[in-house]
Amino acid sequence: MRNNRSERMTDLTELGVAALRDGVASGAFTATEVASAFNAAVEAAQGALNAFIVTTPDAALAAAGKVDAARAAGQPLGKMAGVPIGMKDLFATKGVQTTAASKILEGFVPPYESTVSQKLWDAGAGMLGKLNLDQFAMGSSNETSGFGNVISPWRKGDDTTPLAPGGSSGGSSAAVAARIAPAATGTDTGGSIRQPAAFTGISGIKPTYGRCSRWGVVAFASSLDQAGPMARDVRDCAIMLEAMAGFDPKDSTSLDLAVPAWEAGLNADMRGKKVGIPREYRVDGLDADVAKSWEDGIAWLKDAGAEIVDISLPHTKYALPTYYIIAPAEASSNLARYDGVRYGLRDLPDGANLQEMYAATRAAGFGDEVKRRILIGTYVLSAGFYDAYYTQAQKVRALIAQDFAKAFETVDVILTPTAPSAAFALGQKSTDPVEMYLNDVFSVPASLAGLPAMSVPAGLSRDGLPLGLHVIGRPLDEQGVLNASLALEQRAQFSAKPGKWW
Amino acid sequence: MSSYRIQGATGEWEVVIGLEVHAQITTQAKLFSGSATAFGAEPNTQVSLVDAAMPGMLPVPNRECIRQAVRTGMAIDAQINTWSRFDRKNYFYADLPQGYQISQLYHPLVGEGSIEIALDDKNPDAGTKVIGIERIHVEQDAGKLMHDQHPTMSYVDLNRSGVALMEIVSRPDMTSPAEAGAYLTKLRQILRYVGSCDGNMDQGSMRADVNVSVRRAGEPLGTRTETKNVNSVRFVMAAIEHEASRQVDVLEAGGKIVQETRLFDPGTGTTRSMRSKEDAHDYRYFPDPDLLPLVLDQAFLDECRASLPELPDAKRTRYTDVLGLSAYNAAVLTADVDTAAWFETLITASAAKQGKDEAAVAKQAANWLTSELFGALNKLGKGLEDSPVSPTSAAELLALIGDGTISGSIAKQVLEKMLETGDGAAAIVEREGLKQTTDTGAIEAAVDAVLAANADKVEQYRGGKEALFGFFVGQTMKAMAGKGNPQLVNQVLKAKLG
Amino acid sequence: MSVNTADVAKIASLARIKVSEAQLEAMVPELNGILAWVEQLGEVDVTGVTPMTAVIPNTLRLRDDVVNADPLTGGDIRDAVLANAPVAEHGFFGVPKVIE
Repeated sequence: MRNNRSERMTDLTELGVAALRDGVASGAFTATEVASAFNAAVEAAQGALNAFIVTTPDAALAAAGKVDAARAAGQPLGKMAGVPIGMKDLFATKGVQTTAASKILEGFVPPYESTVSQKLWDAGAGMLGKLNLDQFAMGSSNETSGFGNVISPWRKGDDTTPLAPGGSSGGSSAAVAARIAPAATGTDTGGSIRQPAAFTGISGIKPTYGRCSRWGVVAFASSLDQAGPMARDVRDCAIMLEAMAGFDPKDSTSLDLAVPAWEAGLNADMRGKKVGIPREYRVDGLDADVAKSWEDGIAWLKDAGAEIVDISLPHTKYALPTYYIIAPAEASSNLARYDGVRYGLRDLPDGANLQEMYAATRAAGFGDEVKRRILIGTYVLSAGFYDAYYTQAQKVRALIAQDFAKAFETVDVILTPTAPSAAFALGQKSTDPVEMYLNDVFSVPASLAGLPAMSVPAGLSRDGLPLGLHVIGRPLDEQGVLNASLALEQRAQFSAKPGKWW
Repeated sequence: MSSYRIQGATGEWEVVIGLEVHAQITTQAKLFSGSATAFGAEPNTQVSLVDAAMPGMLPVPNRECIRQAVRTGMAIDAQINTWSRFDRKNYFYADLPQGYQISQLYHPLVGEGSIEIALDDKNPDAGTKVIGIERIHVEQDAGKLMHDQHPTMSYVDLNRSGVALMEIVSRPDMTSPAEAGAYLTKLRQILRYVGSCDGNMDQGSMRADVNVSVRRAGEPLGTRTETKNVNSVRFVMAAIEHEASRQVDVLEAGGKIVQETRLFDPGTGTTRSMRSKEDAHDYRYFPDPDLLPLVLDQAFLDECRASLPELPDAKRTRYTDVLGLSAYNAAVLTADVDTAAWFETLITASAAKQGKDEAAVAKQAANWLTSELFGALNKLGKGLEDSPVSPTSAAELLALIGDGTISGSIAKQVLEKMLETGDGAAAIVEREGLKQTTDTGAIEAAVDAVLAANADKVEQYRGGKEALFGFFVGQTMKAMAGKGNPQLVNQVLKAKLG
Repeated sequence: MSVNTADVAKIASLARIKVSEAQLEAMVPELNGILAWVEQLGEVDVTGVTPMTAVIPNTLRLRDDVVNADPLTGGDIRDAVLANAPVAEHGFFGVPKVIE
């Protein structure tokens, strides 16, 4: 009996959002059993993966208890009822330390809850803990966290070299891939949901800019930041995105639109749809595995009935440099509030005045990559350089958005690889910042244009590591993106998962 | 006044002045958050998570702030920009929680406008001068630092942080402290008429950054200094005077003016360099990515215009041209929106009481208000806003004068009683028996008695010393305890003295 | 455009980040690498292009002038506002004494 129970608990961690939600609703198992199973899995993996900055097993159990009580009382259950999730530590959670993985916020306990996390709790989800990430979401490998690297659950065969889970939502990708959370929140500024999803063989969608409220999400680059779900498959992402999205009067950039029923609208039939293949993404020296998986994706969508169209996005090569002006510029200003006065770290050397306290606090609290981006951002906004860098970048950004608008006059979605390679080893790219930035080459253009975009697992590289395919859609057409992604998912039949070595 | 010059040791210098006025927009809630704006609250009680710049907090603009700034722009005939945007001004200071101030640099809400000032408000013939206004933009106020509460710390109160300000930037069109004073006074008057700012300079609702430079006649503009946060008209004038002569002294001694931020010390009437702002400024302005472009539609603009009241210049012209007031009275009565409102209630009530139209009672009301009531309130140390006499009860008093029930001099006594007791004019006149006597018999008897008692003076009068007529009038009125109808007293005296 | 140690020191000072001499030396080539890379944007012809202002076409929403309409963005929460402060006394935040 006890053995059965324990096996069943293990089985529960194999289930995704839809299965957990449906199982709790039907009474196949209780939300409390689900929470306990995942709490145990989190605990068992934490030492090896470092996916969480803090774990909150009690919060998960409390939320589950409420769902079980509601079900017992015959009350209607929310979209995410009984599903415990990981919360990227960029979302402010009331009463639970929120750090953005920076020492400058260590010990900060928000007296407020972010809109997106509140919506998830209102939908019946529970919190397993706060997930590690690149510091202030700046990074593509999770190596900039002030609380240690996240280790990908994936390994190259028997090679025990720790691999990057991608970034910045690396705690999220690692947790979902390792089956220690059925789903997690992510945020995406230049690819921070999609690239880690690709690296770890899971799905993740960045919705249209403005779909998910940014209120209570620690800001990196305001005009780019968007929250989105990361989960095992397309359906799970659709369910969770429905719970996360929606108008928020507290965010001036929030879109005042109803949330579509994305899950109900899922349809993998691509007949009558046109899929654009941008020729500029066929960059020189594209990784052979990535190129092959892209070809597979094209074939799968054709098989699903889509017409494949060659398109041009002429300003693609300028997207990354544009991003690396705009994002640091906004960040340099957004991160000015971390000054040691109202919250977080204060470093006050003996005899220091106010301005010296700022400089000491920020030197001690921010990591190197954060400092680097603040300095770049400060420089490009400074007197005499503003027009040459920032204004020019916003003009090129407009051209990049126009490229997409023009392409979407003929195609419904665009298919590209998510990242230029499979996961790399930790430490492999952390010496040259620009080399690291190049990881976002395929994901950044859609971010600059505010478009919905999703990564789904496509298969494995010759090294046995996951590769992702990337679907970009028209503004507000998350449904089109989800549907094309579902068509890919059904044909990719991706079932690989990391061995449980921890 | 336009010929203001500083006499230096080496000759004459002109002064060039521009003002950047920060006016707190009258609203219930802050520009980008829902916390209150009331003056004098306990520290940090009117602070939201947004104002304290907690991680992840976002600004959402208050419509009323935009509306009031647009109405103000309309009141100075300025261009209203239907597409504007907010920018971030980045700098570090303990009163600035975000590390940037949300302001408008590149695309302000209000563009070019102007204000006409009187060159001498005591002399309407002295002419006027137009002062250009470059722009009005909307921005956040900063918090407040307290330096004297702890030996080694400054205390930060963020109650003001995020309160909406209009920054009203003039052209450097002023050339004397008096012009700057007149400009500031006029601007304050307009803001109070529009209702966009209460103009309470002592509470910091309005304060000026004063840009001053000096040059020799005909030379290009000199380097300017900016004296920050001067909070009264008098101090602005004093700061300019001091700063201009300081600059002349520096230049004449062979020195150079440093472009810098200075602070005015009201105690000494001098300015000094601000140590904390010495840092080379590089504000790294860029469009606030948390906010979208602000686009105003026609309906919004129409409402703003339709809700504008009659403005001071138009009102003053109407008072002279339609109501027939003297230029002086018109200026005094329109100086403040509350005074004008009081006056207008008074003439409406007066006209109704006396069955005349407003123009027919306006002059009497204006004279009485400016000479009698202002004087009496002044003695009591009160202003019109806390006058114990309301416009309606004043109208009752004026009606009693108008229909001859009491004389002007009795009216003074009645007003004193009204201020003292709060009773109505008619009741006081009735109770105290102050009704004017129009009984010719009684007046003749009094005149006879006066003439009999002053036979010698009667002789002198008849001998040609006609100046004595006033003496007889005075004696008669005195004998009648002021209640004799002055016209009848005159008539009877004229007849009896022959 | 490239930066030297003095430029980086100035930028760091503007950004209020204390950096040691050694850190400065290390940052110069890093920043120059990034700047050289982003400068390829200069080759894009942007004649007649309006800089992007809103990524998804949208204009600014204005809220009503109501105090504490939403408790999450309203005042009267001093304890919450001060709760995380490194130094808070008598209802104020405390900072090293400022001389104005």
